[in-house]
Order: sequence, then C-alpha cells, then structure tokens
Amino acid sequence: MRKLVGKGVPKIDGMAIATGKPAYTEDLVVANALVVKILRSPHAFARITFIDVAKAAALKGVECVLTYQDVPKQRFTLAGQSYPEPSPYDRLILDDMVRYVGDEVAIVAAVDERTALAAIDLIQVEYEIFEPVVDFETAIGHPSVVHPEEDLHCNFDIGMKKDQNIVSSQRVESGNVEEELSQCDFVVEETFYTQANAQCMMETYRAFNYLDHMGRLVVVSSTQVPFHAKRMLARALKMPAGKIRVIKPRIGGGFGGKQSSCVEIFTAAVTLKTGKPAILVYDREETFTCTTSRHAMRLKVTLGADKDGYIRVVDIHGLSDTGAYGEHASTVFMVAGEKTLPLYNQTKAVRFMGNVVYTNKMPAGAFRGYGATQGTFALESAVNLLAEKMGVDPAELRLKNIAKEGEPFRGFKGGILESSALNRCIETGKEMIGWAVKYPRRSVSETKVRGIGMAVTMQGSGIANIDTASAEVRLNDNGDFTLLVGSTDMGTGSDTILAQMAAEVLEVSLDQIIVHAADTDVSPFDPGSYASSTTYVTGMAVVRAAQDLKQQILEEGAKFLQVSPEEVAFNGHTVRMTGTDKMISLKKLAERLVVGPVHRQLVGNSTYGSPVSPPPFIAGFAEVEVDKETGKVELLDYVAVVDCGTVINPHLARIQTEGGIVQGIGMALYEDVRVDSKGKLLSNSFMQYKIPCRKDIGTVRVAFKESFEPTGPFGAKSVGEVVINTPAPAIAAAVYNAVGVRITQLPITPEKVFMGLQKNSTRS
Amino acid sequence: MFTVGQLVQPDTVEEAYRILTEKKDAAVLGGCAFLRMGSRAIGTAIDLSHLNLEGITEHADSFEIGAMTTFRMLETDSVLNTFFDGLLAEAVKPIIGVQFRHAVTVGATVFSKYGFSDLITALQALDTEVELAHGGRMALEAFLNRPYEKDVLTRLWIRKDGRRAAYQSFRNSASDFPILTTAVSLLAGQGRIVVGARPLKAAIAVQASQELGRMDLNSQRMDEIAALAAGEMTFGANMRGSAEYRRELCKVLVKRAVTEVAACK
Amino acid sequence: MQIEFTLNDQPTVWDVSPDEFLADTLRKHGFLSIRKGCNTSCCGLCTVWIDGKPTLSCTALSFRMQGKSVTTIEGVAEEAAEFARILVAEGAEQCGFCSPGFIMTVLALKHELAAPTEEEIVHYLTGNLCRCTGYMGQMRAVKTYLGVTQR
Ligand SMILES: Cc1cc2nc3c(=O)[nH]c(=O)nc-3n(C[C@H](O)[C@H](O)[C@H](O)COP(=O)(O)OP(=O)(O)OC[C@H]3O[C@@H](n4cnc5c(N)ncnc54)[C@H](O)[C@@H]3O)c2cc1C
Repeated sequence: MRKLVGKGVPKIDGMAIATGKPAYTEDLVVANALVVKILRSPHAFARITFIDVAKAAALKGVECVLTYQDVPKQRFTLAGQSYPEPSPYDRLILDDMVRYVGDEVAIVAAVDERTALAAIDLIQVEYEIFEPVVDFETAIGHPSVVHPEEDLHCNFDIGMKKDQNIVSSQRVESGNVEEELSQCDFVVEETFYTQANAQCMMETYRAFNYLDHMGRLVVVSSTQVPFHAKRMLARALKMPAGKIRVIKPRIGGGFGGKQSSCVEIFTAAVTLKTGKPAILVYDREETFTCTTSRHAMRLKVTLGADKDGYIRVVDIHGLSDTGAYGEHASTVFMVAGEKTLPLYNQTKAVRFMGNVVYTNKMPAGAFRGYGATQGTFALESAVNLLAEKMGVDPAELRLKNIAKEGEPFRGFKGGILESSALNRCIETGKEMIGWAVKYPRRSVSETKVRGIGMAVTMQGSGIANIDTASAEVRLNDNGDFTLLVGSTDMGTGSDTILAQMAAEVLEVSLDQIIVHAADTDVSPFDPGSYASSTTYVTGMAVVRAAQDLKQQILEEGAKFLQVSPEEVAFNGHTVRMTGTDKMISLKKLAERLVVGPVHRQLVGNSTYGSPVSPPPFIAGFAEVEVDKETGKVELLDYVAVVDCGTVINPHLARIQTEGGIVQGIGMALYEDVRVDSKGKLLSNSFMQYKIPCRKDIGTVRVAFKESFEPTGPFGAKSVGEVVINTPAPAIAAAVYNAVGVRITQLPITPEKVFMGLQKNSTRS
Repeated sequence: MFTVGQLVQPDTVEEAYRILTEKKDAAVLGGCAFLRMGSRAIGTAIDLSHLNLEGITEHADSFEIGAMTTFRMLETDSVLNTFFDGLLAEAVKPIIGVQFRHAVTVGATVFSKYGFSDLITALQALDTEVELAHGGRMALEAFLNRPYEKDVLTRLWIRKDGRRAAYQSFRNSASDFPILTTAVSLLAGQGRIVVGARPLKAAIAVQASQELGRMDLNSQRMDEIAALAAGEMTFGANMRGSAEYRRELCKVLVKRAVTEVAACK
Repeated sequence: MQIEFTLNDQPTVWDVSPDEFLADTLRKHGFLSIRKGCNTSCCGLCTVWIDGKPTLSCTALSFRMQGKSVTTIEGVAEEAAEFARILVAEGAEQCGFCSPGFIMTVLALKHELAAPTEEEIVHYLTGNLCRCTGYMGQMRAVKTYLGVTQR
C-alpha cells in the first residue's frame, strides 16, 4: 500500500509562494546591483556601420556600455540542450549584424533604471539596411542570407545549407510511401499552418549576478536549465565553467521559454567588465519581442487507408520557421515527426521530411509540446478528414489504428510499447463528452449550432539515451533527509513529486524530506526540467538514490544491532530485527553515524538515463457552439483523458493538464504572434496578444486512465507537455462538424469561420 | 518610460486649463493606463484630484459624471444603471477586469476620442453633453467631430430622457479590444444607432437611425435597418478584423441591439 | 514629495516622486508580494486594495495615495492564508507568481459580493490572468472558499 505516491499532497512550497513571500529571482537581488538595459535594433536586417557610445558612457551613473567591439567573438547558442547541442552556434553576445527587430545592439549598465534608459537614448547608431526575410515560405533561396558569416558552427550535421537560409534539412522514412499510397483505397492530402505562439509565463525573463569571495561569477536566474546555462556562459564568455555558479530560485513559470537562456549573458558580461553585481529584468514587451516563441510551421499531410479501415501511410512534409537564430531548430522539427508517425501503428510506410529556415524575425525556441503540438494539429486534422472521407466515426478509426499496449511500436523502432491506456482514454472521453448523442452536431437555435470533435496525441518522457539525471539523498545528523536534485520546479510541483517518491521509498513522511534544487555548485547534474523529463528521468534517479540510501540504513542499523542486514527491516522510524524488539531509532542511528566512532554519513546516489522515452497519451474532445451569423466559436466543454502512467500526485497532474489544455485553447482560438511587412512585431503585449482569460475557455474536464510503465518510477511517465497538443485539432474538428468550415490555419478566428461560411453558402 | 517633471494639483478648473495651455509639455493625468504605456516626458503633470470631479451625481433631469469617475463606478452605480437599461455598465463591463476599471477614467477616455472605445459608443446613443474647461458645454457629437484642441474635460451630462437602449460589442477573446461596437437607443420615435471600433471612432448611422425612429419594428424591417447601417458606415481594417468582416458584423450587431431595444417597450 | 497614508492599517509617511507608480514604490519598500506581469495594465498580478477596492498598483500613481488606505497581501495575512490553504490544496497556485494579486481580488470579491453566482465570480476575477492553471483549479478553490456548491 502506497502512502504518498498517488496522493494529492499540497506542494511543499505552496503556502509561501501563494502568499507572496520573497522567493523569486528579483526578490533576492543583492544590494546595489547595476541595472542593465539593452539597446535594440529597429531594423529586421542590417549591419551596424557606425556606433558611438561616448555620450552614453559619460552620463553620470552609467557604469558600462558594451557594443560588439567589447565582447568575446565566440559563437554560441542560447538553447539549453545536452552537449553537444544540436542547435547551431550562430549568435554572438553582440554582433555587428542585427537579424531581427529587437536584436541586441548595445548593453548599458547604470546605477538605476532611469539612468540606464537615458543612456540608451544617447547612443548613436548608423545602419546599412538589408531586405529582410519576413515570410518563411520565401526564405529558401531568398536573395538575403540571414547568416552569411563563416564562423557559424554546427556540432554535427543537421542538414544546414545556410546560403539558402536552411538551418536543418531532414528526412526520415520507412517503407515506400508512393507505392503504399497507390495501394490505398482512401487518400487525403491537406496543408496545415500552425502559428508562432508566445509562452507567456507570468514571471518574465530575469537574472542577476555577482562575483563571490573567490571571484567566481554567481548567476541567479529564473531558468529551467542551470547546468546548460553555466556551460553556455562559459563558452560565450570564454571562461572556465568552473568559475561559474548558477542558482535557480523559485520560477514564475517557464513552459519551455526558460530552456533558452535569454538574459544571463548580458548581466554576466556587465559584471565581468565592472566587477559589480548586475540585474536585468525583461519587461513584457521585451519578453514578447526579444526572446523565443513557438516555431511556426507549414505541414502538408498525406494519409492513405485501405478499405478494411487501416491507416497505411502517414507522410508529412514540413517547413519550420526558426527566425533569426537556430535555437532548438532541428530538434523541434524532428519532434513534429517523431511524435506523430508512430501514433498509428498499422502503417506500412511513413515519412517525415522538410526544412527549417532562418528568417529575420524573433527566434523560435522551446515551447511546451516542442513540435509535437504542431505535428499533432496537422496529423489529427488530417485523420479527421480521412474519417470523413472513409465514412467512419473518427473515434472508431482511431481505436482501430492506434498503437496498443504490448504491440511492437514504431516509436521504439519495433520495441514493445509497454504501457498505453489510449484506447481506454478514448472510450472514457467519448462517454464524458456524450459522443454517442452529440456527434457530430446539434442545432440549438436558428443561428447557433453545436459540434463536437476529437484528437489524440502522444509525447515522450525525457530524451532517450541522451539526458541523464542524478539525485542524492542524504541522511542528516538529526534524522531527516536532504534530497538534492538539479531539476527545476517551475511551478509544476516537481520538487514535491520527487519528495513524495523519496519519502515513499524511505517510508518516511513528506516533512522529513528537505528538497534542494538547484544550484550548480551543490546539486548533482541534471539537464534541467524540459522534454517532460523530470518525473520520469529525475524521478527514477530519486527512487534509486532513495533505495540506495535505504539499503545503507539497513546495513548500518544491522551493524549496530550486530546482526546481518537480511535480518532487519526499516519502517521509517526504526531499524528493527525482524520478529524481535531489538531496534535502533533512525534519529539515534543518524546521530551515531556522524558523532563517535562510525564515521559514515549516509548518502544515497543515482544517475539515471532511460534507453526509451515512453509516450504519455491523451484523448481530447471539444464541444463548441458556433454563431453562424458572426463566426464566433464558443468553447463549451473540453474533456481530456490522460494516460501518464501512474499518477504520482493527482492534484498536480490535474492542474498540469487543465493548464496545458487552456494553453492549447489559446493556440486554437486566440493567440497569434504577428509581425508587419517589415518584420516588426505587432503582438508585443497582453493587450495585443491575447492569452485566454477566465471567460474564454468554457469548462475543462480531466480524467486519468492509468497504465503502468515498467521503466518509470512507480510506473509513471510524463504529463507536462502532452497536455497542450489536442485542443487545436479537436476544436477545429468540432467547428467543422458544427458548420462545415474546415480551418487549416491557426488560430481559428471568428473572421476565418465567417468567411468559410460565406464561401460554403455561395457554393451550395 | 513615462516621466513627470513637476506635479501640480490646481484648486480650480480655470487654473488647470491655464497651466495646461501655458506650460510646455503639460498633460492632464487621468487613470494613467494609457499615459504609462507611452514614453512621454511630461513637463508639468496636472492632477485633478482637488477639483471634486470623481463621481456620479443625479440631478432632476440629468446625470452629472465627473471626469475622474472610474469605469467601475459606471458599472456599479445603482441609480445610473436603472436608466437606459444599464447601457453604460454593459459597455464597460468587458474591459479587462475589475482592478483595471477601478483605475481608468471617463474624462480621459472621452477626451481622447479612442476609436475602439466601448464607452464613447454607448454615450453617443444617449443625449450626452461634454463640459470642457475652456470649450464649455457641447453635444458629445459636436465634441467628437471638432478638431483637437488643448482643454480639460471636466464633466459629462446625460439627460434622463427615459430612452431605452441596448449595447452590443463583438470581441474574439472576451477581454480583448472590440472588433465592433454598437449602441442603439430609442425614444418617442427618435432612434439612434451608433457604430464604433470600425476601427474608426464611433459615429451615428444617420439614415438607419431615422428609419429606426420611423418604423414599426418587425424582423424584416430590423434586417433592413441593419443593412442600411452597414451600408452607410465606413469600415477599416486592423489586426483584429478586415473592413469586409466588420461590415458583416455591423448588420448582426445592429440587428441584435435593435431587437433588444424593441423588446424593451 | 511626501505622502501620508495608511498602509496595512499603519499610518505611513513616504517620499515619492510624481511619476512613481504604487507597485514600484511598494516593492522598493520591501513589499515583495507585489508582482508586475505586463506593462499594459492588463494582467492583474499587481492588484492591491486602495480604500478597500482592488486596483492595479502598476497604474496607480503613488502620490495619489495621499490620505488613502492601501492594503497588500502582507496586511491581510490571516485571511489570505485561509484562502491560500484551499488554493494550495487544489494545487492551483502552481508557479505562484500571480497568486498574491489573485488572492487580493478573491478576498475583495468576498467582501463586495454576498452570495455571488458562478458568473459573477468569473466576471470579478477576469482581470487576473494565470498561465499555469487554466483557471479551473482556481475556480474550484474559490467556490470552496465562498461556499458555492460545485456544479
Ligand atoms: C490594456 C488596455 C485595454 C483596453 N481595452 C479597452 C476596451 O476593450 N474598450 C475600451 O473602450 N477601452 C479600452 N481601453 C481604454 C481604457 O478604457 C481607457 O479609455 C484608457 O485607458 C484611458 O483612460 P485613462 O484614465 O487610463 O487615461 P490616461 O492614460 O490617464 O489619459 C489618456 C489621455 O487623456 C488625457 N486626459 C486625461 N484626463 C483628461 C481630462 N480630464 N481632460 C483632458 N484630457 C485628459 C491624458 O493627458 C492623456 O493624454 C483599454 C486600455 C488598456 C490600457
């Protein structure tokens, strides 16, 4: 019987952060930190021909002004990925080329914000302006080459053809697509567009740093990737990584955004130059304008099915827009195929191919879902189309074709899919939404129609064979435990979940576990929290470290009792010789291990990396009401049924799911990163980029169907990312089912639906 | 970043106007939601706090609304909202949130003649007068149509003429700026149809208004009136919608608002 | 310029400049529960009460607090903790960054509206954005807190 795993315990930091206690980066800033501000390019593509900072530098209170002439010339990437990063080293701290509106031109540090901003206004810059590449569909072969520089570096071949603005060119296939298609009785082909989206974590990007008593650079940052940030800083600043320490306080949301280190390099450059502490807080406009977004994509999907109802071919041709720099360019694109091609397991041929291109816009990067979101919209919209063409119920089509537990799985190159409850998720979701009665549509008035639609999806749990996490559990002198991890709870509750696991193994209560995360001087290595890895990968490391420690407790307890370890048991409080009352309390044991002759503080250790990335699954169902007079789509009800393996903390998993679904709803209906014809961002505030508010979302209902993943801690997989994938295709399907308008280009705005209705009515 | 050199808190409206016109870079502070977004260096900021311009006063035949009255006051005023079918509350309710509406002010909004304004659309459907420190009292319509001139908006006056009114706005996300707004009012054979967020500033659909006053309303006539309004107004495009879409929306919103007003009788 | 006002029931005299906003002034004086999430007055994170009314402290000029009463979450610690416990039990604080402003609005709602409907609750809280939770868990917590029966 489990005591803690599976329980919806409150987050260990919950009360403090909910009531506004100082815990975030800016709350902890050291006294007298210089305020850093950035001068940014007003042009999408230009070369700095002249820059004069004399007046700015002379302003009272200005401590340092840096231009491209003052920083190391070492190309690097902001993408926080395990070394060697697949993202190209294509940026400098400051460059004489500026590649998007908002690209950095100069760094200013002053005693306060006002002075820094005044100094920015005093910098004189002249530019040679080039024609920018704005539309990503025209990037390949565009007369402007976004990255002409010779010293751009790729750690390995990602198919870059930079003279054509291609960052990465990919092709994966199995079977012969053309031949299999010719055998198919039903073929559908459609092109889909997914827009760029902004992560919109509530705490914007920020970091401060200072030199410690040993002259080391201590960086305090709201980051998902402290270890990667350390390595990136070392490279870009040409200094030994050992001279850098990165500390992560509480994080006010990340959603992948903080997997790219957007601000640390600027404060670091200032502190190294001045020797003084420095802080940089991006405001919301900078966060929208000068960080990273989701990669916009064009995805052409061809599906083939036979008359027996089996999907035989999935073929996806994509084009992805990485913007001015290649953060996560190749991997996000790859994931768009990786998490879609294996979903249907009766295929005979599959292919995913295409290009990622540079344009002169804000770089794209990591955002929850990481390509799978884009791929799922395209694939699932196409599957709904296919079902219609075949004249079958889309839920039935899926039930017949999805990968099932125990089957050889394309996603594991033929290895067995050990856990999946997706079929049960679909069945449950159908019941919850009322599929049998409501599909496909019901008219509620002369002008309003309700429709329902569905989609399914999979993600991964960690990155197989690459990312490894380490954990340590230490028995403290007073008999409680410190759990040391390098993962980064960004509000998800991962610190709590990891503590639940450790406490479960050690059979102690949650308040006996002190969680420490993350500080690169102290924490064991962890790539950080991304790729849905923390529960699954770090969790497994924690379980093993706790088991290791428990074994040591048994050994030391047995020694004290002068029996063999096999003869004792540990119940969280005492080590006792089985069947007797010979025992020693944990407290006593802990004390003896550090005081007196024993000399052995117990530390449990583990480093874990998984050879597989087991997929969590979701079946999502949307019910919408469409106003035929205006095209307005009102989302009434959303049902998500989740298989994330064993649910470690049902409350936190539920909130993760609800939150992810609502972000997905934002993507489906409201959110759109838009630029003007010159590449200048239009959607640069919450006023112009609308994330869903409380009135926008109807009801979201979540249920779990557990499977048991043998490679995961207590059978768990992941839940962080998969949750964002289904709303766009399910809502698009619901709209189609309601009024016959098929939206292939997100977001689904009232105007698009209305225009579609007009077109349909003139056609009929 | 918005900066202020010097702050003044005049004790009379005349003084406020004098400072505004005499000092270079002077500006009146409203609720500051718009001001703070700009990077205006205000030499002299004029705060109206000492002028007693915050609040809604009921008179025998009118409501007096001070320039510093917040949107939340409009939304929650129990007397005001027994008039005009709660038109003003309906107009401001969708704007951002409670804490925002506690901040932004009526005077700043009307003086700024924002094209997207829900409030101006609604006010225009009523018999509203604007009172300016220098310009004196004039019909809202006249104020909106006159060219910009430095002044301090002190009050609005709305006649309690018992007209029925209805408000419709159309937004995608519920707290976004409107793609189109409409307010319709009807009093003893006098109809008024106002269309705003076109995205040009709100204006009266004159012909449709006349028809509204004249006609005995049935569904078909309402459709005709709506089509007339859509036909006579000019529409433009912005991030939120095309001119063509706005024209179509206009038909729908006007019809809905007219239907509501007709049902009030 | 000097302002005299009441802050969390304490008479307070502070020196402020005429273009300073309350959110910045409060943070400067160590009220670190005040968070800013946007530059455009539309996220609700910085919500405090001015004369008991929930208001955006990022948009309220500090000098205007003269003679007024300002309340931050630090000033209603017990009441806030009571609701926070329910919120945290749902897991609906998540990253916590928007929670102080959200809680201040929830408490204001409780003071202002007796027996609100679900629709009134949603309307009152619309100005508080949250990117983590998707609002559902917050809503469950608010309903529990206010004793509104769950649907
Ligand atoms: C994020 C956001 C979303 C919004 N959404 C909507 C919406 O959906 N619908 C809508 O209708 N409105 C919307 N608005 C506008 C809002 O309702 C107000 O109209 C606007 O903020 C101006 O009011 P204020 O009190 O903040 O003005 P301020 O920013 O204080 O002032 C605006 C201008 O008016 C001047 N001014 C102020 N008072 C006076 C006076 N008495 N006499 C003369 N000049 C004066 C100022 O000098 C300044 O130039 C939105 C605003 C924001 C910031």
